[in-house]
Amino acid sequence: MADEPLVLGIETSCDETGVGIVRGTTLLADAVASSVDTHARFGGVVPEIASRAHLEAMVPTIERALKDAGVSARDLDGIAVTAGPGLAGALLVGVSAAKAYAYALGKPLYGVNHLASHICVDQLEHGPLPEPTMALLVSGGHSSLLLAPDITSDVRPLGATIDDAAGEAFDKIARVLDLGFPGGPVIDRLAREGDPKAIAFPRGLTGSRDAPYDFSFSGLKTSVARWVEAKRAAGEELPIRDVAASFQEAVVDVLTRKAVRACKDEGVDHLMIGGGVAANSRLRALAQERCERAGIRLRVPRPGLCTDNGAMVAALGAEMVARNRASSDWDLSADSSLPVTDPHVPGAARGNGAGGPAHDHDHVHEISKDNLYS
Amino acid sequence: MLLLAVDTATPAVTAALHDGTSVVAESSRTDARRHGELLLPAVDHVLAEAGLKLDAVTGIVVGVGPGPYTGLRVGLVTAATFGSVLGVPVYGLCTLDGLAYASGLDGPFVVATDARRKEVYWARYDGFRTRLDEPVVDRPADIAEQVAGLPAVGAGALLYPDTFPDARAPENVSAGALAALAAEKLAGGNSDGRIGAGGMGTDGIDADEGGADRARAERGDVVVADGFLPVTPLYLRRPDAQVPKNYKVVTPQ
Ligand SMILES: [Zn+2]
Repeated sequence: MADEPLVLGIETSCDETGVGIVRGTTLLADAVASSVDTHARFGGVVPEIASRAHLEAMVPTIERALKDAGVSARDLDGIAVTAGPGLAGALLVGVSAAKAYAYALGKPLYGVNHLASHICVDQLEHGPLPEPTMALLVSGGHSSLLLAPDITSDVRPLGATIDDAAGEAFDKIARVLDLGFPGGPVIDRLAREGDPKAIAFPRGLTGSRDAPYDFSFSGLKTSVARWVEAKRAAGEELPIRDVAASFQEAVVDVLTRKAVRACKDEGVDHLMIGGGVAANSRLRALAQERCERAGIRLRVPRPGLCTDNGAMVAALGAEMVARNRASSDWDLSADSSLPVTDPHVPGAARGNGAGGPAHDHDHVHEISKDNLYS
Repeated sequence: MLLLAVDTATPAVTAALHDGTSVVAESSRTDARRHGELLLPAVDHVLAEAGLKLDAVTGIVVGVGPGPYTGLRVGLVTAATFGSVLGVPVYGLCTLDGLAYASGLDGPFVVATDARRKEVYWARYDGFRTRLDEPVVDRPADIAEQVAGLPAVGAGALLYPDTFPDARAPENVSAGALAALAAEKLAGGNSDGRIGAGGMGTDGIDADEGGADRARAERGDVVVADGFLPVTPLYLRRPDAQVPKNYKVVTPQ
């Protein structure tokens, strides 16, 4: 439909420079420049390297997205940008570019929330989000269970990791096993040839008195590392595929169990899974199995839309335009700890009509800061 | 000619319009932590003051540093984005050159800005238009002999009076000075009329320009006008990043 909002979205919260263009819930372009290779040898994302790469890639990536979409910048109805949460210096490049772009074109600017964007991107794959939507967001930066009655104005945090993000756990175990960075894809591949029941690794925060929707992967990480070290110390051969499979099973077992429980408790019949870890094949399979058993419809976007990208920002921006949400002001700031309860950052003069519960800061982890290395 | 100049390489967030003859409007605020918030409103302010719209601008001038702040990138990405949307050239200038130009000093002197971490970015000049060497970053005590007896301009000089006893104004860079310097270069420095675009893949090449520039631009090469710098930041420092050391065993010994 030609009257649906045409929106360009910019994402620079971590190491991907993403620019996407959507019309309503239709994806027109998704251009991504990644600096992940540069970070690989540091074993995690280095904020200053990410910021420098964003600056170099920004304008060419915008131009490529417009070319891919075959639309004129003059026809855009708005510019959306990740205002947070994320790495402060990295966010600043995208926010500054988006402001300049919107200002030069005379278009409204929408600073939006990275986590809400991860949820909203599924509209591009499976059509309009059911309301409410239950969302499990899992990546190197986040592990959250969110309930979203209205993705443009009402997103409620049910639970989050109390230590490592799910993707971080994959990266750290990959390092224990000398598999390089990032760890997700290689562990997924090796695990397919291993036995997930070979080693009984612990399931964090699953006791009856634990917070029902929070996650913890730190204990699991230590447990795997000790098991591996004991094998090495004994001079025994390491069953690397079984370790990968058993570790992965422990992560996805907890994630899916808690997500399905949240759906049941809240009476929600849809579960959306997003973030880079949603590309994990075992997570997808187990979630499918458990959702079917519970009568819940599972929605997982294709892997390219699960990782950080500009299309997800554009998707949420288009929804902001469609629902007449207030645009942001020219002094919009990059907020590295933007609360998940703020789906966007409306201009001060127009006020925040969204309301919502008390703010719970959902910080993105800087992966390089806290790991197994000193 | 209507130049829009911006600089966010130092604690100053500064924007100015220059019509080829003089500065039409200028806005400067010093707030090292809010470059991202303040720059666009500053641009909006100078345009409003001049009663002009952004599409009247024929070229963008940007200070490319050196600068220690994450804010350095705010000015650069803003300039590059404007250049891309408007289809006008983006001219990079060394931020220290803006300070030198504004000082109006003759003879030898030094420009020094605050690089934080107890260091300064600095360069030597012979007159306000002529930088003698590439800007570098050093501890003030380590360069005391090299700058002895020379007047010094900029916040870096004021911060370290032991090294720079003869500190002069201005303290902070102004986009007005950068714009004036760029206008002078564009008027006099390019007698053959060549004007190239800045770097970073922007396509601000006028259709009636030289074929060589156009061909280079189409190949994606950076085209830099005579007397200007590519629109890429002068960091002068490597990112703080360490390759992790060997795996640290978690088993209690
Ligand atoms: Zn993300």
